Amino acid sequence: MATNQTAHADEHAHGDHRPSPYNPLRWLFSTNHKDIGTMYLIFAIIAGVIGGAMSGLIRWELAEPGVQIFWGMADAGNLGTDKLFSVQMPDGSHKAIFGNEHGYNVMVTMHGLIMIFFMVMPAMIGGFGNWFVPLMIGAPDMAFPRMNNISFWLLPVAFALATISMLVPGGSMGQGFGGGWTLYAPLSTSQQLHGGPSMDLLILSLHIAGISSILGAINFIVTIFNMRAPGMTLHRMPLFVWSILVTVWLLLLSLPVLAGAITMLLTDRNFGTNFFNAAGGGDPVMYQHLFWFFGHPEVYILILPGFGIVSQIVSTFSKKPVFGYLGMAYAMVSIGVIGFIVWAHHMYTVGMGLELEAYFVAATMIIAVPTGIKIFSWIATMWGGSIDLKVPMLWAIGFIFLFTLGGVTGVVLANSGIDTVLHDTYYVVAHFHYVLSMGAVFAIFAGFYYWLPKMSGLKYSGLLGGLHFWIFFVGVNIIFFPQHFLGLQGMPRRYADYPDGFAYWNYVSSIGYAITAVGALVFFYMLLDMFVLRRRKLETAENASPWGEGATTLEWTLSSPPPFHQFNELPVVAEEKHH
Amino acid sequence: MKRGWIGSALAQALVYTFAATGIAAAQTETGPVNGAIGLQPAATEVAQDIANFHDLLLWIITAVTLFVLALLLYVMLRFNKGANPTPKKFTHNLTVEVIWTVVPVLILVFISLFSFPLLFKQERIPQAELTIKAIGNTWRWDYSYPDQGVDITSLPLSEEDAKAQNRPFRMAVDEPMYVPAGVNVRMLVTSNDVIHAFSVPSFGIKEDAVPGRINETWFNVPKEGIYYGFCQELCGTLHGFMPIEVRVVSKAEFERWVQSKGGQLASAEPAPAAPAAPTAPAPDATPAPVAPATPG
Repeated sequence: MATNQTAHADEHAHGDHRPSPYNPLRWLFSTNHKDIGTMYLIFAIIAGVIGGAMSGLIRWELAEPGVQIFWGMADAGNLGTDKLFSVQMPDGSHKAIFGNEHGYNVMVTMHGLIMIFFMVMPAMIGGFGNWFVPLMIGAPDMAFPRMNNISFWLLPVAFALATISMLVPGGSMGQGFGGGWTLYAPLSTSQQLHGGPSMDLLILSLHIAGISSILGAINFIVTIFNMRAPGMTLHRMPLFVWSILVTVWLLLLSLPVLAGAITMLLTDRNFGTNFFNAAGGGDPVMYQHLFWFFGHPEVYILILPGFGIVSQIVSTFSKKPVFGYLGMAYAMVSIGVIGFIVWAHHMYTVGMGLELEAYFVAATMIIAVPTGIKIFSWIATMWGGSIDLKVPMLWAIGFIFLFTLGGVTGVVLANSGIDTVLHDTYYVVAHFHYVLSMGAVFAIFAGFYYWLPKMSGLKYSGLLGGLHFWIFFVGVNIIFFPQHFLGLQGMPRRYADYPDGFAYWNYVSSIGYAITAVGALVFFYMLLDMFVLRRRKLETAENASPWGEGATTLEWTLSSPPPFHQFNELPVVAEEKHH
Repeated sequence: MKRGWIGSALAQALVYTFAATGIAAAQTETGPVNGAIGLQPAATEVAQDIANFHDLLLWIITAVTLFVLALLLYVMLRFNKGANPTPKKFTHNLTVEVIWTVVPVLILVFISLFSFPLLFKQERIPQAELTIKAIGNTWRWDYSYPDQGVDITSLPLSEEDAKAQNRPFRMAVDEPMYVPAGVNVRMLVTSNDVIHAFSVPSFGIKEDAVPGRINETWFNVPKEGIYYGFCQELCGTLHGFMPIEVRVVSKAEFERWVQSKGGQLASAEPAPAAPAAPTAPAPDATPAPVAPATPG
């Protein structure tokens, strides 16, 4: 402690003297945006591993028709230790570790929630946002450093509640909540099916994760509006900062609606209200409207920071300023605005009436226009550039292509007429994994490889990074492309078991998972190699900016890693030196 | 009715026939086919319209994706640092910006020319000769023929039964839903507990079964056969085990089936000497149209 206090006293004199990383209080009480950003990133990696392992169980179960690991109700009698993941209980009976088909539904539910709330959002907004928004706008830190601390520390609490919810009784069907990440009433309010404490814990978990995000959103909005360095006008901000600004506005406006909806679930479950109970005069479809009023902006919350990251990377590695900067910024703004008025395209089949459906078809298709502007502007940024295909650029170009592929199937699904066949099938699963699992996650990896040297001051192996990219690229396409075929053939989502007619492409898809898992191992070996085995420091010449002349944003003017406190004297941004 | 890219040959392959036990003649069965990559063969006019529209969209989205891919490959080759060491610095070009805003709008307008008529065709329910009410339960479907006074409960065949009867496990049921061929059928869909969804992919229909609401859809299947569908809204543990089996049969056979279930024919002429069922028809079995607006 004493040494730490000395260090702390020092650090005001020398901005680059950081306290020891082995002091837990540095992390617990941190008010430093870079430390908090690091914690968010580590948290996201842990959650990503857990959520990814869950998808492994899902793909394992679906590899063939019949039960593989979620032993069904019918098998309960003849479960033996010869069956996978079956254990002998003290009384001599056998039990399936992961439960029956309900256990499968729990996995599907938690995979979705974890990947959305505890992996993508913490990585993009909490991680990269915290790290690089202050650096890019020339601010010393976030506007409310202590609020930043609680934004982060609420998240492990929320995650713990979500985890506990899997381990406590969910209701008559077994442990955990198995109603899907959308938590649709009345499945989530049914006393008979989900009467246990599991769903209540999950509601609490989402409340806390929501508070965390709302606090973070307020922090970012105030920071971006008030703490820009002299000369850093809104129209000179890097596109990543723009993307975070739009994202946190979406969070601030949509999360309270979710909070209201799940509070009504809570009172319907426990206090006898009938908001979503038809027998009591409520309406289950109302829950869906409320949920998707949050849920659709939420999917843009997941992808918009990725747009920002990719813009920075494409510009850096093409050694060329972003093409159509204002168009790019306002495309994100318009995606955010339109994102609030298209929610019911998630519920075309609830029986909402012709006129409403027609409106949502039209509004949804309009989103393709600003999205197209972004795709073509990225390509135009590369056009005429001097492209260096380093690892971050590989991920960014992979993102552009795969996001396009996922985007065009979105145009198909936007048409209610076709959605009658494809709604709630694997076509939808393929679509949103192309835009999220490959869009958002590829953008996260792109940003990670782009900023990792800046954050750590270390070099990583480009070979391992490239290997990681190519294995992932092949793997995720083998997982998700065949799911379009399954969806067209009518395979419903969230089926623990399926007719033989869906066997072939499911098997292929599961092979793709195995390939992707190998890619994840390469990623962790890359980290091991970078931080432990070789620990190569960036050379002095390239310390500030390992990516050369193309990297023009402010974070590349600082040392790597940046000083513990930066910009004690604010930088002045000149007319031509921006984004 | 021309099928596009997926091709009629493939569509043929998707329909497979085999002699199903319990029915005298060979039956066409329509359901998922292993390894298939397209939509199930269309059994109704609406489904055919969906398939045609999907084929059109598939052309458009494939072209867009390949165009983006080609541009990416071109810039990666033409403008990589080896081929183009000195980057240009331009950041604006009004012409291309207008083009890539207007052309997508035109494509979307073009798509909507086909999208909206299809939607209207699906949602405007024509005069129907038969009304069937599908009621979702955890976890089975009940079918009610209000005009005929038939109520059945449909459960999936167990693995042993399916094997014994040479029927597809996880799709075949003990009491299928019977409909006559070539007749407009109005489906009312509702639920007794949680939300389910009634869907038959080859009919091009999917309608959520929401407690407290009665949703409507319709179909008209000209060709006799067996058609399979699924519950398509997560409804709990056995969500994957409440399949839908629809038997489309001749009018005569449908009438025989109605009588065998103790129902009355709704047509003007009274059922000719309906065999006295052990249980007499319920007093309220007289034809009475249900009011779809009534909240259940």
